[in-house]
Amino acid sequence: MPLMSNTNAELNDLDLARPCDLDKHLLNDFQYGFPLESRPFKAIAEKLATTEEVVIDRFKVLQEQGVVSRVGAVFRANSIGASTLAAMSVPEHQLEETAEMVSSYSEVNHNYQRDHHFNLWFVVTACDERALNAVLDEIEERSDLPVMYLPMQEDFHIDLGFDLKWT
Amino acid sequence: MDMKVSYRQPPLPEQAVLDDEDQDLITLIQTGLPISKTPYADIAESLGMKEGDVILRLKRLIDDKVIKRFGVVVRHHELGYRSNAMVVWDIPDEMISELGSCMGQFDFVTLCYRRPRRLPEWSYNLFTMIHGQDRDDVLENIQLLVESCALEKINHQALFSTRRFKQRGAIYRK
Repeated sequence: MPLMSNTNAELNDLDLARPCDLDKHLLNDFQYGFPLESRPFKAIAEKLATTEEVVIDRFKVLQEQGVVSRVGAVFRANSIGASTLAAMSVPEHQLEETAEMVSSYSEVNHNYQRDHHFNLWFVVTACDERALNAVLDEIEERSDLPVMYLPMQEDFHIDLGFDLKWT
Repeated sequence: MDMKVSYRQPPLPEQAVLDDEDQDLITLIQTGLPISKTPYADIAESLGMKEGDVILRLKRLIDDKVIKRFGVVVRHHELGYRSNAMVVWDIPDEMISELGSCMGQFDFVTLCYRRPRRLPEWSYNLFTMIHGQDRDDVLENIQLLVESCALEKINHQALFSTRRFKQRGAIYRK
């Protein structure tokens, strides 16, 4: 039986650290090479000796719980649109407010606090360079702080997914 | 300090010419496939294309490396990999390809990008994202990288995340 059989999105740390066997395979074995055929979930089900309905149901649950971000494509950075990593050095008392303002942009898809003098790090993605710069300019203007931007120049990473190494 | 510089996006691989239908397909799938029995047919229907065309285009985008990876995208944090550090390295320019390629092959390294220096504030030109179950696990992975790629003399810094304000897939076009 799956540990997480309801569709309640509330997270339970212990459950997620010990998913059931089927979920482990669903999470680990199809990070790349997802079937490109008419019934991909049926193909997965056949490999895992279960049914298409169960596979679809589990993926829906895992996605609702936030364990699966999505099933689909990871695009090569800057293949489409324009994006950049950006960093700001925000005074502590202003951090919460600034982070919230930055996160409010749909163009911002990652936003983290990090333990460094540059303490706010985020990724901005837009359809082109002009739209990207417009967002960065606006963030500077609204925060009254400079934004350091660090666009990717070369990608050395071979993306084969992430082996979750459950024991 | 003047950190605002203009820059050019690296060019696409030569073979990867995207037509309008590719663009529409990319726009539609950037937030993921529908979790249904026939996701490609569903996509095809909303784009007025044929299922076979959608599958062929996706295969081509993968072959052309516009799509780096096609499959299940997990959130590390939710799976118990609660610690991550952006580890930044100051690598002599002439060594960056060799060392970047070495680091980029480890599975706990989920990003390995060259980025510009912004002197004097920022001297690091290689950025790696390193995940682990906790801080010690991440530090062990960093040590493994240092030993495996002979990075003992390279300055680096590990910037641990202390709070996640936002995390989701990129939306390139609305």
